[in-house]
Amino acid sequence: MSVSLLLSFTLVFPAILLAAVEKADNGLISSTADHSQFKELQEPFKIGPDVTEACLKCHTEASKQLHQTKHWNWKFTNPETGQTVGKTEVINNFCLAVETNYPRCTSCHIGYGWKDASFDFTSEKNVDCLVCHDTTGSYKKYPAGAGHPAYKDKPFPPKGGKKIFKAVDLNKVAQNVGKTTRATCGACHFYGGGGDGVKHGDLDSSMTNPDSKLDVHMGTDGLNFVCADCHTTDGHETQGSRYNPVAKDKHGIDVIGRDDKSRATCESCHGLEPHPETVNNKLNEHTDRVACQTCHIPTFARGGKPSKMWWDWSTAGRKTPDGKPIKEKDKNGYVTYVTKKGHFRWGENLEPEYRWLSGNIRFRSVGEKIDPTQVVSLNVFDGSYDDMDARIWPFKVMRGKQAYDKVNNTMAIAHLFGKDKDAYWKSYSWSKSLANAMKAAGEEFSGEYDFMETEMYWPLAHMVAPKEESLQCEECHSKDGRLANLTDFYLPGRDNNGMLDIIGWLAVAGTLGGVSLHGFVRILAGRRRKNS
Amino acid sequence: MSKVKYYSGFERFWHWTQALLIISLLVTGFEIHGSIELFGFTKAVDYHIILAWSLIVLWVFAIFWHLTTGEWRQYIPAAPNRIFAMMKYYAIDIFMGGGHPFHKSRKEKLNPLQRMAYLSMHLVIAPALWISGWLYLFYSDLEVVGLEGLGLMGIALAHTAAAFAVLAFLVAHLYLALTMSKNMADLKAMLTGYEEENND
Repeated sequence: MSVSLLLSFTLVFPAILLAAVEKADNGLISSTADHSQFKELQEPFKIGPDVTEACLKCHTEASKQLHQTKHWNWKFTNPETGQTVGKTEVINNFCLAVETNYPRCTSCHIGYGWKDASFDFTSEKNVDCLVCHDTTGSYKKYPAGAGHPAYKDKPFPPKGGKKIFKAVDLNKVAQNVGKTTRATCGACHFYGGGGDGVKHGDLDSSMTNPDSKLDVHMGTDGLNFVCADCHTTDGHETQGSRYNPVAKDKHGIDVIGRDDKSRATCESCHGLEPHPETVNNKLNEHTDRVACQTCHIPTFARGGKPSKMWWDWSTAGRKTPDGKPIKEKDKNGYVTYVTKKGHFRWGENLEPEYRWLSGNIRFRSVGEKIDPTQVVSLNVFDGSYDDMDARIWPFKVMRGKQAYDKVNNTMAIAHLFGKDKDAYWKSYSWSKSLANAMKAAGEEFSGEYDFMETEMYWPLAHMVAPKEESLQCEECHSKDGRLANLTDFYLPGRDNNGMLDIIGWLAVAGTLGGVSLHGFVRILAGRRRKNS
Repeated sequence: MSKVKYYSGFERFWHWTQALLIISLLVTGFEIHGSIELFGFTKAVDYHIILAWSLIVLWVFAIFWHLTTGEWRQYIPAAPNRIFAMMKYYAIDIFMGGGHPFHKSRKEKLNPLQRMAYLSMHLVIAPALWISGWLYLFYSDLEVVGLEGLGLMGIALAHTAAAFAVLAFLVAHLYLALTMSKNMADLKAMLTGYEEENND
């Protein structure tokens, strides 16, 4: 074997291992079932739902379980607020809302065929097992396929697209199913908002195979966690949702049999006082008011992929003088203007913004009254220094401009994707697009619109840095530190009482001046006595 | 003229260690306060805590020493007319070349004004520092003693105010200690323990 061949093996082989069915220490596969031996999975499959039907022959309850989940319903009633949230209910400042844009948005749904509001949520065969359980890396949902992968080679965009989605080998994928991986979860969660790293800031494709510097838990050179190691599941329901985060885990380490089944908080493993005590115990004394993430995620979008920080829909629709769509890019090749979507700003290696968070996260809904003269927060939450359940959390704050109903002063959503002429990406007519989506949502729309500035808060919990790189005290305990804007409490090193400082320094200066004058007069008087 | 031993070994150890600790506490404290930048907040806090505990230990020994030797009597306030005489001396007579109204002796080492100054240091400023400093240090555990209602700001400001008082005290102390005796006799006495009896 030549050296170069050996080299290529050592480089390629680990990558193959990562994408293969999980192996135990003894070299056997971890699962007690080798799915490639099941005859149910040998029969030719035409479409995804055929595979699901085969899965359900053994895993009889799987679809019923999935039907209960947020992943399936995109709808969830927060027990804390009573508000029904989820992807179908909330508005964001990326592509605004799912309503009327189903086939595009639902390419990230764990099902097949959600192409409009008539989707049958009771269908068992329409649950997509493979998108989460694929280990081959070859199963990809087609971006505008309402959840289906490409069954024959297909370009995207459909007309003249350069990216080819290859026909999936459903049998191969089905025979190699396994536990979820960073890659399967990431297939959707790393690409939320329409592209790599766009939405979250702490989740992008660099987290598929991160090193320990990027994420100390998931680093492939270290602990090599997968998402489900913390986001544990029970009957297919996944723990640790941003819709009702645990802002302050008072419970500490979770022990099997005694505690809840969630390991989605840092405290679930690290406990409430994880820091070694030095001459002071101040680090542990911060855990009641400062979330772990605040110090341990010093910056986000750290893996070489930028995150979208600004999206201005108000400038969308511009074309060249001869009527062609415009596309502008920054020096790194990231789109900063595109006719369909308006202006973008991207950021990499960013300092989070910090807010108090105790919970009770509420989201704006379609038709809700807003004050367009203010920056409208698309999600609001409780928390302040005086709220003892609140801790300081790091956030990516997504900002931008989006349409609202100028007469009713209500939130508006847009029909963006589709072949009909109401779709904004066909006609570039906001009036038609907004009217269409508002009607579909059953909301009033005056027909008049304008653009308002909005912000949306995305709590950060990933890209946890090695402890050596966590924030040092000075980052916050200083005059212009990271908490400069969080002013509802006294922060040593940042705050003082101006009057006390003036009086204090005057007292010191007065004493110094007094004794200096006293000494000076003594010298003068002494000389005069000598002379006389 | 004969040499008299004014300051015992412990007393001198106490004085100079305390001087070092207090000056270091002022430096690290004002860094924590945000007035200066020297070690960085993290190290300043660690140093401040170590220095504070050291000073507390020193004070415990000093209190024990004062009580067992009876030296605490040095701080009993003098009669008002003697205090006024000292004030008049510093305000007027000193410029006129007038004599010092106080004669230092082993039994009465401190002049009436010094007595007042040190007594207020021991009974007002130092306790204010101890108490506010402890509340500051143990801020996260104040519910144990039922004091969780105390705000951090109030505690911090009390501690800062006391620190300003110490700094002003230090300035005045240095002036008086270094300029009021001939040939720095006061300083020499605090270093060697001995002073010529006739000096004033």
